[in-house]
Amino acid sequence: MLTLQINGKSVEVDVDPDTPLLWVLRDVLGMTGTKYGCGIAECGVCTVHVDGRPVRSCSLPVGLIGPHKAITTIEGLQADPVAAAVRKAWLDIDVVQCGYCQPGQIMAAIALLKKIPNPTDEQIEAGMSGNLCRCGTYMRIRAAIRNVAAAQGVTP
Amino acid sequence: MTSKHPSSPAIRRRQVLGGAGAFVLAAILPAGRSRGAGMLVEDATAPFAPNAYIRIGSDNVITMILPNIEMGQGIYTSSVMLMAEELGVDPQSVRIEAAPPGGGAEITGGSTSSMTEWMPLRQAGAAARAMLQQAAAARWSCAPDACVAQDGYMTGPAGQRLPYGELAAEAAKLPVPKDVALKTPAQFRLIGRPMHRLDSQVKVDGQATFGIDAQVPGQKVGAVAACPVIGGHVGHVDTQAALKIRGVVTVLQIEDAVCVVADHYWAARKGLAALDVQWVEGPNAAVDTQAIYRQLEGGLSGPAILADHHGDTQQAMTRAHGRYSATYRQPLLAHATMEPINCTIHVRPDGCDIWTGTQVAERARDTTAEVTGLPKDRIKLHSQYIGGGFGRRLEHEYVTQAARFGRQVSYPLKIIWSREEDITRDRFRPAYLDHLEAGLDERGYITGLTHRIVGPAVVARWEPSGLGANGYDDDLSVGTVITPYTYPAYRLEFARREPPGVITAWWRGVGGTRGLFVVEGFIDELAQRAGIDPVAYRREMVRNNPRALAVLERVARESGWGAPLPPNCGRGVALQFAFGSYLATVVEVEMPAPHDIRIRRVTCAVDCGQVINPDQIAAQIEGGLIFGFSAALYNEITLEKGRVQQDNFHTWRVMRMNEAPKRIDVHLIESGESPGGIGETGTAAAAPALANAMAAVQKRRYRYLPLLSPLNQPSGHEKEQQG
Ligand code: FES
Ligand code: FES
Repeated sequence: MLTLQINGKSVEVDVDPDTPLLWVLRDVLGMTGTKYGCGIAECGVCTVHVDGRPVRSCSLPVGLIGPHKAITTIEGLQADPVAAAVRKAWLDIDVVQCGYCQPGQIMAAIALLKKIPNPTDEQIEAGMSGNLCRCGTYMRIRAAIRNVAAAQGVTP
Repeated sequence: MTSKHPSSPAIRRRQVLGGAGAFVLAAILPAGRSRGAGMLVEDATAPFAPNAYIRIGSDNVITMILPNIEMGQGIYTSSVMLMAEELGVDPQSVRIEAAPPGGGAEITGGSTSSMTEWMPLRQAGAAARAMLQQAAAARWSCAPDACVAQDGYMTGPAGQRLPYGELAAEAAKLPVPKDVALKTPAQFRLIGRPMHRLDSQVKVDGQATFGIDAQVPGQKVGAVAACPVIGGHVGHVDTQAALKIRGVVTVLQIEDAVCVVADHYWAARKGLAALDVQWVEGPNAAVDTQAIYRQLEGGLSGPAILADHHGDTQQAMTRAHGRYSATYRQPLLAHATMEPINCTIHVRPDGCDIWTGTQVAERARDTTAEVTGLPKDRIKLHSQYIGGGFGRRLEHEYVTQAARFGRQVSYPLKIIWSREEDITRDRFRPAYLDHLEAGLDERGYITGLTHRIVGPAVVARWEPSGLGANGYDDDLSVGTVITPYTYPAYRLEFARREPPGVITAWWRGVGGTRGLFVVEGFIDELAQRAGIDPVAYRREMVRNNPRALAVLERVARESGWGAPLPPNCGRGVALQFAFGSYLATVVEVEMPAPHDIRIRRVTCAVDCGQVINPDQIAAQIEGGLIFGFSAALYNEITLEKGRVQQDNFHTWRVMRMNEAPKRIDVHLIESGESPGGIGETGTAAAAPALANAMAAVQKRRYRYLPLLSPLNQPSGHEKEQQG
């Protein structure tokens, strides 16, 4: 049995320690908001936060996490004001197309904005270029992130 | 390509929908999930269901059943807008359901949805509204016309007011009217105005269920490997090591593939890695990419199908002041949709349920009936959100495969193709060679054009009845025969060559993507040869085509065409008429070195007829361009010993945010023409506009895709002979 802290709750899972967090979330716990895209840390659709930092869950074995690290998924953002601002910006600008990459994009954007509340375009690109979008929503993701920064009243 | 139109009249009675045993999606959602806006629902009954598209419950819940599947193109939103406009409801209040096969589901592809659904969906909304008006009129003893339908309420002449739900039972008893008056454009409240997508909320919350997210109680998960060479099959399988992996349940086999089934996908993947499979590789074991190109080269001369012609090209060539020719080449392409291929299926002795994302629900159901031996009406296909279509999900072989595995077990089985399986076992956009020759007048304009396409006919496998009597696949006419241009003499030939070792398929932009790269590149070459500005050259060619001229002028103006640029920068233009829409595109690039490229800016002007949701037109063009740039710059599927050599995003490069254009501006030109398709136009424009911009900087032509291919080196491959 392994103990994990997921979205503020302590969870016990009975899997081999080499199992990537992604498959524990999706197939063991039924939390399918976090997606599978490549399995080799190339696409970012599986992004979750571990202690606030964006992490590719497809390449993180659960055995390496430990019982004290705070794992946050797309399902666990209800009380997070930055998440709310990001989602609002995403809706205002109609970022999504097929939507499959968007949980990962949103997790990456939240992590970026928490670290740098008012990122420059270069910082947005550095923070977001690990997340692929096959539908090509990059223009709107950039714009939405700028909007969040602007709405929070931070000026460069 | 073709899209299936409803064979029966546009307004039909809803025939097959569940009954008492109808499945409710909510039952398989994990506890705690709500039916948020944009969540797909499946419901069985409602007192008022005037046609295949609309149900109104006495509880006032309005459900719209959508014939086309959502894969990012915004079709749910625009379809609901069309119906809601005529019915008089708030689109945000509507629940949405994907039509089941046999219950209105249609093939979604080829940018045809807006074009085919424009009238039927409005008529469906208008018919329902007319019946509700009649029911209200009977109640209030007034003329139906005196009842006003708006925002889900009917208002009577004396100020009476009722929600539609309360009129539903009475309206249901009335006959469905045959002819209903539709709103005039001046009366539109929704159509043509920007509306936020209805599927955004569930998608930003992570609650939208894609096929891969299906969770059916008791399901097991399978990792699949098919023979890496097409046409091969499974030889000997040793399951011993795989079955020892914790969580692995069983190993299944079909003729050309194996599936390791486990409690969760990771255990299945480990089981698959531990499985010892010997493949019998079959007749394609020696195929490589060069063999495919050699085969195409053989088609550049010799007999060919005459696909289209007018005027006397031979005479035009003989009398021409000059002649110019060029050969273009484009590669096999994978789809690599963000959501890898998957399908969940539960085969039982008395029936079968399927959860998947498909653009061809009816085909998927029918093939499952064949595999399982079950009657079609015992098979329920629950359409899920699609994590990217791009033509990939116009194929349904993964559903067939799931059925073959699924019939061997009693529990629900979800098969997931790894990304590696998804790319290597994709069905590819074909490779093509195109040869063009133009006869030119003294100013350098076309007097005659001959064009030979060498490649396969995708339609011949996908829908054999779509192949012309002469063997021509008229998908190839998009961007070639169908253009904004007219030529005094024209001849299009098709030398059909079906490549060994791969299965070819539709890919975003279909004929338009391949045709435009060639034709718009060639026109650009002719402009360059004539020493005429590329926009001016095209302007002269479309001077009698006002819609084409309008987009061209607009894009020139908005892009600052002709204004000075910094060093190493250049602009390229492409003009098109495809899928019923006119589009002109200007791409501005910076190339500090021949292999270092930045897309500074893209400007588009579009006339796609009557616009339903303007901002989504822009969104589709932006996304389509980036999809097209990605392929144009980086992508080529290659084969060695029958095996595909690209297998994940490190070898199949997808454009990232830092490589995407810094700016894309889309300008809409107002038009009263009927709606044109838009989902594929941006992709079709991407390669030619980009190649022309790169040519402007590098002072050489780009006739080979991908554009960064060494074949585009300055020397050695310039084959034109100037006359
Ligand atoms: S699935 Fe984890 S980065 Fe692609
Ligand atoms: S929205 Fe489809 S992959 Fe990003």
